[in-house]
Formats: sequence, structure tokens, C-alpha cells
Amino acid sequence: MNNHLFNYTLQQADNCLILGQRLGEWCGHGPILEQDIAMTNIALDLIGQSRMLYQYAAEVQGDGKTEDDLAYLRDAWDFKNVLLVEQPNGDFAKTILRQFLFDSFNCYFYEALKDSNDEKLAAIAAKSHKETLYHLKWSADWVLRLGDGTEESHERIQSALNELWPYSAEIIIASDADHDAKTNGYGVNLEEIQSRRDSKIEEVLEEATLTAPEDTFSHSGGKSGTHTEHLGYILADLQFLQRAYPGNEW
Amino acid sequence: MNNWPLWEIFIRSKAGLNHKHVGSLHAADAEMAVQNARDVYTRRNEGVSIWVVESKYITASDPDDADPLYEPAKDKVYRHPTFYNLPDEVKHM
Repeated sequence: MNNHLFNYTLQQADNCLILGQRLGEWCGHGPILEQDIAMTNIALDLIGQSRMLYQYAAEVQGDGKTEDDLAYLRDAWDFKNVLLVEQPNGDFAKTILRQFLFDSFNCYFYEALKDSNDEKLAAIAAKSHKETLYHLKWSADWVLRLGDGTEESHERIQSALNELWPYSAEIIIASDADHDAKTNGYGVNLEEIQSRRDSKIEEVLEEATLTAPEDTFSHSGGKSGTHTEHLGYILADLQFLQRAYPGNEW
Repeated sequence: MNNWPLWEIFIRSKAGLNHKHVGSLHAADAEMAVQNARDVYTRRNEGVSIWVVESKYITASDPDDADPLYEPAKDKVYRHPTFYNLPDEVKHM
């Protein structure tokens, strides 16, 4: 098994699954029906992306593993998602800001991954990129509306930005798998993505009259399995059925 | 958000067909209405184009006027183009 390729695929699969699960928590609780549906649509897109990636990771792993083994039967330290996506939903503003920080990576990531020399990853990227173009438009629009909206909405999304900013950089800090992927041409060049992502974030925040904190401290550890306390609770929900009734199907 | 205006949504199901009214939703402005319509009304592959119109701009006929407006047309079958023999070469009429 190609360990780096496996980890590289898992990193992205885990990002999508955990953020999809988080967004899914809004189902039935959205601020209005239309946005409730928008969030669950995006959650389903992300879970769909994670499924394609898990299927491929399972294939790379071999020995008869399936996507379900990877999603339901690994523990927190095996998950390689960045800490950003496991952060709690908070209020609508925090969910929007977390989504924008992720989408502004995810969209450019898939766009670049379309050129992967790994046919499967390139195909998954081509399909997913279209979805993420919409995600980014949706979340960027909401950052503008809230940031440049009322006094209360501005305050809420500015405080979300202050809280989540230290989680924004981890995703573009290269792991061993990221290095290998770039060197061998099956993955993206994170430096290129960072410059596009940063200018998008800067542009949107400025228009939204928001100010990013100057502190450049960054949390990290997710890509190597060191998570915040939140991931355990997410997995407890997500994996409950397979843990309580192993192998059960419906 | 309770103050958001209501919008009427029209979807074209495929190129060449008319936009059809599919329902209504709330949104703060036209752009958000298009996005909301995309999420609410095209998630099962229903459309390729969306029109939105704020409901207040729609002028509707009064149901109480139904008799004078629509009854008179009922007995005027000669207005239907059914009294012509169409040649077989003319298809899809």
C-alpha cells in the first residue's frame, strides 16, 4: 500500500465527512427554511465527496476494507481532518465563517487536483469542484451580508472571525502526505493554493468590513491525528450505530 | 428575517421550454432569492434556469370576476383551431 497516497486521500475525506456532519446538525434548526435546506444540501455534497474519497482510500488500502470501515470504525486519533472543521457550529455567523474559511480552500484545492496524475483523484476533483464553486459563492455571500449588515450581525461574525482565525492556516501547512503528493504529482501545490485562498479571503473580508486578527498563531495537529475535544463527541454521534450494532445494515 | 419579502419562483426545466411557476419563498433581495430557489427548487435536477419576481409585483385577476372573465370563452369552440384538416406532413401540432 502507498501510505502517503492513502493518508493524502484520507485527509481530504475526513475534512469533508466531519464538516458535513457538523453542517448536518443544522438540519431542522436553520434560521429560515431556505437556509436550512442550503446547509443540508452542502452537507450532503460534502458527505458525497467524502464517500468517493473513502472508497478510493479503501481501494488503496486493500485487504478488503470498505468506505464504512474508514468512516465508522476508526478512532479520533486516526482521523486526519483539520481542527477547523470539527469546531462547534456556534451561531449562524460562526457556521458561515467556518464554512467560508473551508470553502476558500476546498474550491481551489479541487480545481488544482483536477490536474492530478492519479486518474481517480482527478475525476473526484472534477466532480467536486463544481459543487464547491457554489459552496464558496454561498458562504462568501453570507459573510458579506452579515459583515456589512446590521450592527449585531457584524459583531457576531467579527467575533466568529476572531475565534476561528487561529484555525484557518492549518489546512495549508503541508503534512508528510502533502509533500509526497506534490513531489509525485498526484496532489496539489499548497503554496499556490494559499496565495489564491489568501487573496480571496482578504477580498471578501474587506468588502464585508471585517478585520482579520493580526496574530498569526496557528493551531495544528489535525492532519497527524491530534484533535480538539470536539472530535470525540462528533464521532460518538456519527459512529454510534456501527459501534452498538457492529455490521448492522438497513 | 420574518420581514423578508416573498418571491415567486419560475423554473425552466430544460432549454427550449417555458419558465413555469413552481412556488414561492422568502429572501432579503433578488440575488438571495435566486440562490434560495436553487437550493429549494432545483435540488432534484428540476431546472436549468431560474426567474424570481417579488410577489408584490404580481397583479392577479380577482377570483370573484371569474364568471365575466372566463365563462364567455366556454361556448366559443370556433376559436380553437380544430376545424382545419392538417396535412400529415405537419407534425407536432
